[in-house]
Amino acid sequence: MTLDVAWAQRWARESAAAIAAAKDELVELDRQIGDGDHGENLNRGFQAVVLKLDLIPDAPPLIGDVLKTVATTLMSSVGGASGPLYGTAFLRAAKVSGLAELDAHAVVALLEGALEGITARGKAQVGEKTMVDAWSPAVDAAVLAADAGASPEDVLVAAESAAAAGAEATIALVATKGRASYLGERSIGHKDPGAASSVILLQAAVRACGAPA
Amino acid sequence: MKKLINDPEHVVAESVEGFGWAHSDIVEVRLDPLLVLRRGGAVAGKVGLVSGGGAGHEPLHAGFVGVGMLDAAVPGAVFTSPTPDQILPGLTAADSGSGVLAIVKNYTGDVLNFETAVELAEDEGVSVAVVVVDDDVAVKDSLYTAGRRGVAGTVAVEKIAGAAAERGDDLASVAAIAARVNANVRSMGVALTACTVPHVGRPSFDLPDDEVEIGIGIHGEPGRHRIPAASADVITGMLLDPVLEDLEVARGENVLLFVNGMGGTPQSELYVVYRQAHRLLEERGIIVARSLVGNYVTSLEMQGASVTVLRLDDELTELWDAPVHTAALRW
Repeated sequence: MTLDVAWAQRWARESAAAIAAAKDELVELDRQIGDGDHGENLNRGFQAVVLKLDLIPDAPPLIGDVLKTVATTLMSSVGGASGPLYGTAFLRAAKVSGLAELDAHAVVALLEGALEGITARGKAQVGEKTMVDAWSPAVDAAVLAADAGASPEDVLVAAESAAAAGAEATIALVATKGRASYLGERSIGHKDPGAASSVILLQAAVRACGAPA
Repeated sequence: MKKLINDPEHVVAESVEGFGWAHSDIVEVRLDPLLVLRRGGAVAGKVGLVSGGGAGHEPLHAGFVGVGMLDAAVPGAVFTSPTPDQILPGLTAADSGSGVLAIVKNYTGDVLNFETAVELAEDEGVSVAVVVVDDDVAVKDSLYTAGRRGVAGTVAVEKIAGAAAERGDDLASVAAIAARVNANVRSMGVALTACTVPHVGRPSFDLPDDEVEIGIGIHGEPGRHRIPAASADVITGMLLDPVLEDLEVARGENVLLFVNGMGGTPQSELYVVYRQAHRLLEERGIIVARSLVGNYVTSLEMQGASVTVLRLDDELTELWDAPVHTAALRW
């Protein structure tokens, strides 16, 4: 399985389908420690992404082109904090993905770009109960996998399972960034919605490879 | 859920369109992207004022567009920040060449989206200053939170900075006045009930009938703690004390006392709260020089109220008194 432009397009569409399916679950997570709009906002954004992709008849030459379309569409249609955060994540990922096909190290670069975008915009660090707690371990795991000679697809699988563990670990954390931080200690016991949706996006990236998620 | 709406997806646009028709002497509405602009466009030689944020807080912000206040308001989806591509035309429309002050309530989403839009506007040659309003003492301003939230104090920032712009102050001066208002205003709120976001369809949090939530925000998010329901006088004291403590208001100082309704509390109850807050201030020797009571920064149909105190000096008082002609505030 090669990670090419068609993969990137499938990733975007798989993401849209998975976010739509998880919409209520994300709303419920956000209702507990935020304001309950994360599922709605992301779903609106990814449905817009699908519409945008449908308007582009021919596949663009580079993976970065697809990711840039995802980025600008999310930025202009999601709103809330997650719009600029995911928008910037995909924008930075697009910048380092000016390729027709990704090898294992290019997958790492894509994930690193996404993480950099999120931290540049949101200024959160690991342990603050945000999407960084999913993306940061994902990048670490991807680096290890790529260095050990894993295939591009297996790099994504490693990233996804580390992200999932990171998202679960946010349950025990006190939020110190974003709207959940207003709750202080009361944020303990709830999974961060942004970390949860990050896992869904990485699962979609794996599914787009055609491998078992 | 019972609401006077057609389709949850269209509630904001339909409401803003109706607002535009109702107040066509004051504003112009653009539908794509959604914007509320002062009628007649940017005023030559005047600094433009732009604010925005999620819908659901009406009359904030569109109700404050007009002479003496805002030049543009950018409404997002309910409780959701507008997007950068929507904020950008608001910033450029408000610019007459004298620059624009963006008034942003301190929420991660609003700050990030405005930050992105301001970068884009500056690329187009618009000078933009930003003031972030964070008057809510219910949230600790520390490294461990996203910082205090912007709530009802936003009305004071928009009114007073608007008056400064109207009298011809330059961008740096208008921004400095706005920052001075923000530094001297504090608020704290209480919720008696949660509110229901139209596209969610159920209450934003669960609050038992016999409890109230102290330190509530304006997006249906829970507050700092819950207490058994108590009398208006007791609750008013619980809201006012932390405000005065944080603001360090001294005996003999002049203040504006603002009791704001969250949308679902009758005016009569707001005056019961005002009465006690006014009494408590007088007991402390603080002079209530100006007042405002009503639903100005709401949280849909939430029942509850907030108490805001702004420390006044002569200039801020004069700017507060300056003429204003908007849908929601006029004198």
